[in-house]
Amino acid sequence: MIIHHPLLGPRDASEFVYLGDASLMNRPNPKSETAADDFYSYQYLRDNPMGEHRELWYHEQGDRSWLVVTRNTLTHDITKVELARDVARAQK
Amino acid sequence: MGYSAFRILKEAITGHKGWKPVWHKAEPLPEYDIVIVGGGGHGLATAHYLASKFDQKRIAVLEKGWIGGGNVGRNTTIIRSNYMLHENEAFYEFSLKLWEGLEQDVNYNAMVSQRGVLNLYHTDPQRDAYIRRGNAMLLNGADAQLLTAEGVRKMYPFLNFDDARFPIRGGLLQPRGGTVRHDAVAWGYAHAADKRGVDIIENCEVTGFDIKEGRCHGVQTTRGRIGAKKVGVAVAGNSGRVMAMAGMRLPIESHVLQAFVSEGLKPLLDGVITYGAGHFYVSQSDKGGLVFGGDIDGYNSYAQRGNLPVVEDVCEGGMSVMPMIGKARMLRMWGGIMDMSMDGSPIIDKTHIDGLYFNGGWCYGGFKATPASGYSFAHLLATDSYHETAKAYRLDRFARGYMIDEKGQGAQPNLH
Repeated sequence: MIIHHPLLGPRDASEFVYLGDASLMNRPNPKSETAADDFYSYQYLRDNPMGEHRELWYHEQGDRSWLVVTRNTLTHDITKVELARDVARAQK
Repeated sequence: MGYSAFRILKEAITGHKGWKPVWHKAEPLPEYDIVIVGGGGHGLATAHYLASKFDQKRIAVLEKGWIGGGNVGRNTTIIRSNYMLHENEAFYEFSLKLWEGLEQDVNYNAMVSQRGVLNLYHTDPQRDAYIRRGNAMLLNGADAQLLTAEGVRKMYPFLNFDDARFPIRGGLLQPRGGTVRHDAVAWGYAHAADKRGVDIIENCEVTGFDIKEGRCHGVQTTRGRIGAKKVGVAVAGNSGRVMAMAGMRLPIESHVLQAFVSEGLKPLLDGVITYGAGHFYVSQSDKGGLVFGGDIDGYNSYAQRGNLPVVEDVCEGGMSVMPMIGKARMLRMWGGIMDMSMDGSPIIDKTHIDGLYFNGGWCYGGFKATPASGYSFAHLLATDSYHETAKAYRLDRFARGYMIDEKGQGAQPNLH
């Protein structure tokens, strides 16, 4: 798989470390009344879809940036690559 | 009629005209007592034990493709019970005992071959860890022997003993471990279940569950609705997708694991070897091919095929421990989809929906677990209580903080 890094261009996926679903960027509020349940869901439960999946890849053998990659889990086609920091800022 | 030496002789002199299909192609009935979703090894084993050990009637197994086309035909055929944690070791030892009696039980030759599984160690700390694991195995009634480098050299003189970086210092041997012809496991369980009246329905994909007021009354399929008092799901690889139809999210990610076979070679490896300094395991099939594998690719996938970096990594492992493998050509490679759970251990449990039961999360250890998984799941489906060796495999153990994490990796599925 080739990941088109927004800053560095096409890079082989073996340069990256995979973390998992991009929803891991959205930490629950620890002060919420439902914090225990929220953190359980956050830490352990996954949508695990067949098809389009937004996921976190870390460019360990490169510029050490976190990317949000939109990839199809059935075909391995990558349709979108964003810097995780841009995604996080856009959410604020 | 069953299989026997006499039968083979009789068929040989009568032109092999009496062999019948191993199981019937059943048409779905509108209603069953128990419906098993997934006609893989675990689903078929569950149906067999439900019918033979728990005296259940009116059972159907629904398979979206064909029997033997999923992970039961894609693994590297290894059986063993060399775990450290009690929750796992008791279960896998139960499984190994069932393997030992499998062929008589299902009246089918599955080529169960207890040729020994050897885990190599390369450092002193690794030796200490293997001693600890070997003792845990012995405490659970399994067999384990610690070998020195000389002991390993007597068995496999061709290994790379004097490597500068990862010298082989010895190994942990489980003589009762070995290999089983994986397709024959599916066929054997299908044969035995079919003989006891289980309907095995192929090309029948489940498309939804009939859930009303917290109770599951059956399933919707591509061949119409099928009612059931109890529904057991055993679809590892696709668990997340299937249970989502019942509104559940699971502590599971689906990942692809690749396996490989070399061209056919003369007999050179009579057991199973695993490398201790990388992830590589190898055995030789009766056809002569070296069957080997390594790590999962490490990203969510349902593709049943992997990528080249892992191929390279696995072959490097092979070259490192067994340099002569470099003279053989790789013949085939393929992928299977694993339920990678959050602690590396499986789940066999009821769900919050009455009448809906779940079996999955086998990571890449599902094949060796097939008999015990089927037995424990049948136990749960028939009696609504947990089998004594599978009590810990609960769906809520993550919320309760009772993980069964053999490697201590934490909630990161691609590291298990």
